[in-house]
Amino acid sequence: MTDSGNSEAVSREATALTIARILGGEKQLFHALIRPVERAVFVMLFLLLRSESDAEDAAQETFIKIYRNLQSFRGDSRFSTWALSIARNEGLAILRKRSTRPEEPLEQSLDEFGEVRTGDFTPALLTDWREVPLEALERKELGQRICEAILNLPPMYRDVVQLRDIDELDVQETAQVLGITAGSVKVRLHRARTMLQKELVPVLKAYLPSSARARRGLFGRRV
Amino acid sequence: MKIDCRHVWDHISAYIDGDVDADLRAEIDRHLEHCEICSAVMDSTRNVVVLIADDRVFEIPSGYGERLHRRLDILLETG
Repeated sequence: MTDSGNSEAVSREATALTIARILGGEKQLFHALIRPVERAVFVMLFLLLRSESDAEDAAQETFIKIYRNLQSFRGDSRFSTWALSIARNEGLAILRKRSTRPEEPLEQSLDEFGEVRTGDFTPALLTDWREVPLEALERKELGQRICEAILNLPPMYRDVVQLRDIDELDVQETAQVLGITAGSVKVRLHRARTMLQKELVPVLKAYLPSSARARRGLFGRRV
Repeated sequence: MKIDCRHVWDHISAYIDGDVDADLRAEIDRHLEHCEICSAVMDSTRNVVVLIADDRVFEIPSGYGERLHRRLDILLETG
């Protein structure tokens, strides 16, 4: 077994033990059990509901459901994957009540991957790229622009980006939460990343490190 | 096998995730060495993937954790 596989097994064992203790009466351990997934559950619900206060209410309901259904967690998936599935179902149920989530049309042609083709997946073409460092996110408006770009993705692509790139679930876990195949996860993720690259490249250019910008003269020409 | 730009774009996401076989990876690497467009597309996509994973993109409302655990305390006492 690899080191990461080993630590994964240890972590699953620790989670199973914590759950057994909670079910055995040490209820206060529930706080510690959910801390690692609090953020991911909120983000999932925010992306579905597009409202911070609705997402917070739904997150509370999600964790109440998780607590009440703890005995049904079988341990064949990670606790975080199970928790996110419950959060997603909670969010989708709220959307169904609201009836505002645009339903995917029933009749759509499928491409060679068995996937609905819903856009142009050619990346933004450019000849030079200098990395925009994470420190650029200290400027709040950049985070907001990225957040908007993710919110503007079609739901089928947004779901996959959220689980794979934001929550860092693996392909199988993502497929499990969404009820789709691993192949669909990969195709959708590829398309989602291409759409985000196209949308965000023009935005990110304004946040290039100053040394890269300084090398350009008037009108953006290289000097 | 020589691959063109469109073929490289089709595999950008898998390449970033290390999910392409060794032969294809070598082909893509050879292409990237001489194609500045594909290099820039690959670098910018990887940059986007890194940025969107950062916690600062989605801000959690202040007090979210405290309010959640207070609510759970009530549940744990009564449930």
